[in-house]
Amino acid sequence: MSEPLLSIRGLRAKVEGEDGEILRGVDLDLERGEVHALMGPNGSGKSTLAKVIAGHPAYEVTAGEILFEGEDVLELEPDERSRAGIFLAFQYPAEIPGVSIANFLRTAVNSRLGEGEEMDVFGFQRTLTEKMEMLKMDPGFATRYVNDGFSGGEKKRNEILQMAVLRPALGVLDETDSGLDIDALKIVARGVNRLSEADEALGVLLITHYKRILNYIQPNVVHVMMAGRIAESGGASLADKLEAEGYDWLQQAAAAV
Amino acid sequence: MPQNETIAGLGLDEYKYGFVTEDQPVFKTVPGLSSDIVRQISHHKEEPQWMLDFRLKALDVYYSKPMPKWGGDLSKLEDTLDEIYFYLKPQDQMERSWDDVPQEIKDTFEKLGIPEAERKALAGVGAQYESEMVYHSLKEQWEEQGVIFESIEDGLAKHPELFRQYFSTVVPTHDNKFAALNSAVWSGGSFVYIPKGVKVEIPLQAYFRVNAERMGQFERTLIICEEGAEAHYIEGCTAPVYSTDSFHSGVIEIVVKKGARFRYTTIQNWSNNMYNLVTQRALVHEDAKMEWLDGNLGSKLTMKYPSCFLVGERAHGEILSIAYAGDGQHQDTGGKVIHAAPNTTSQITSKSISKGLGRSSYRGLCKVYDGAEGAKSNVECDALLLDEQSRTDTYPYIEIDENTASIGHEATVSKVGDEQLFYLMSRGLDEAEAMAMIVRGFIEPVAKELPLEYAIELNRLIELEMEGSVG
Repeated sequence: MSEPLLSIRGLRAKVEGEDGEILRGVDLDLERGEVHALMGPNGSGKSTLAKVIAGHPAYEVTAGEILFEGEDVLELEPDERSRAGIFLAFQYPAEIPGVSIANFLRTAVNSRLGEGEEMDVFGFQRTLTEKMEMLKMDPGFATRYVNDGFSGGEKKRNEILQMAVLRPALGVLDETDSGLDIDALKIVARGVNRLSEADEALGVLLITHYKRILNYIQPNVVHVMMAGRIAESGGASLADKLEAEGYDWLQQAAAAV
Repeated sequence: MPQNETIAGLGLDEYKYGFVTEDQPVFKTVPGLSSDIVRQISHHKEEPQWMLDFRLKALDVYYSKPMPKWGGDLSKLEDTLDEIYFYLKPQDQMERSWDDVPQEIKDTFEKLGIPEAERKALAGVGAQYESEMVYHSLKEQWEEQGVIFESIEDGLAKHPELFRQYFSTVVPTHDNKFAALNSAVWSGGSFVYIPKGVKVEIPLQAYFRVNAERMGQFERTLIICEEGAEAHYIEGCTAPVYSTDSFHSGVIEIVVKKGARFRYTTIQNWSNNMYNLVTQRALVHEDAKMEWLDGNLGSKLTMKYPSCFLVGERAHGEILSIAYAGDGQHQDTGGKVIHAAPNTTSQITSKSISKGLGRSSYRGLCKVYDGAEGAKSNVECDALLLDEQSRTDTYPYIEIDENTASIGHEATVSKVGDEQLFYLMSRGLDEAEAMAMIVRGFIEPVAKELPLEYAIELNRLIELEMEGSVG
């Protein structure tokens, strides 16, 4: 097992049809079983990186590569990346009125199984119920329409539920903690930890503004993103320093470069 | 809803709508319309004189009315009408039992994907094959309850007084040009009578199918639901694909008496060359409730506005409709509610989907007469556009002569969003699956009101229509 789970090299990207790169040479390696926190001020490119990893069509990659399990995924469609094992927990999940969570997730699960090997309704229901219990969700939740009229906290929990059911190799969590009260945050964090315990190879890229969630999910590595690049990487203590001192010292350092 | 599994279970996967069963009509009129043709039809059906007179008078009304200038493009219709056969009769007599139904017709049902269990379990399947009932059986308990479920021809022959009392009272001949045409040449359809207080638990179903090139289909249905009675009538049909223009113009008349409840469900999937111009209307009396569930797919042009005339106090009317306009199709659909009594209430919910060069229009009328105090009406129409080219319009007509009435109207137009597609694809669904899921979700509020097998068929039909729409 030589190659990292996720290896990003010199990645540059911009919004399709616009000038101005948002990602300006991102390098990042994430090994199997590791949790990396990605922090940084607003507009530094964290969410763009998350969407580019998942293959959002609105972004154009102008240089660099994204290797997932050693394979370049830049030519893959979002659904192909998903089936390969990449999962993005959205910061702002889309609403799909009229489609129940159970129906949606079962279709998603079956999309990664071969024809004729689809999961039967009852098997799926057991899995779903189990994961929902883990996330302390009401059983009636599965019958609700995907994100339709959900509170912020419900949307975020729904994202983690999907990750639990789809069991990816890599979870990219885009500000899953924002907008959550402390109880909801604990539940979500516990859910992520359980997934890590259940699958020791699971890699997590945790994008966040705040150190708060790192009190509940221990990162192996903390990166700081500034102006479209990883400006600093370090251990968990880097998050403490950011909390105490803000991003100014990094901005000055970046400006000096 | 576990749609995919269930579809496989019902064998609907085999369903394709481009098939043709060789037809062997016993009797065919010459193409085109004339008073001779009308006489022939009436003679052939061995009708009483009053019906022949009615038909001939209706023909005059038809000739006297100009082609409508509103709605869809009818400019090529006149040529089409010259080539249409106005009457076909595939068999000399009505079939009484399933065993007597010719194999060829059973094959057609097979291809339509009507599940075996449903054919047997659901009683009273009136199958209209080429303009005429060929198979009609009533469950015994209904007959014991006094329920009449006949072909329209048998209704006239066996229950002449009842028939004459209500026929053409809800949709008069002069109502519109195509109602007049239907009145002149009608053939096939159902006659339903639900006696006072009788509740019919199992839906009355009529499957029918247009299956001859250049054949006009002028079905006529008359339904009387007596005081306190309850029933649900379901009609579904599919048409094979043909190259020349075709024409369908039905008239549905329903009388819902005091305190009765009636629901009429129809899913129509016409071939892409079909002009589909239908008048369906219900007269709703005091404390009665009428619901139209209307699904329109296919056709070249559909103009159809199910109506509720709320003539008794506290009468309630509901219209739920779904329209799908694919490339080259125009769905001009909606609903009409007429409030003519105090405290009447109504709800119109319309969902339309347009793809490619398809166009869907919502056309609705809400009229409240002076004196209909406290009338309440609410209209919701939502349009979904699948791509940049597709088009939708809304034509809500509101005429209020009563100042205590309360009327709500809400219209939304949405496009399948890139963010929605990306979200679903990021969970492993390919683009076509993702698109289909968004569309299924969009029609869910109406689809969930349908019996399960119809909801599945509707979803399946829309998926078939959408095939090749992405990628």
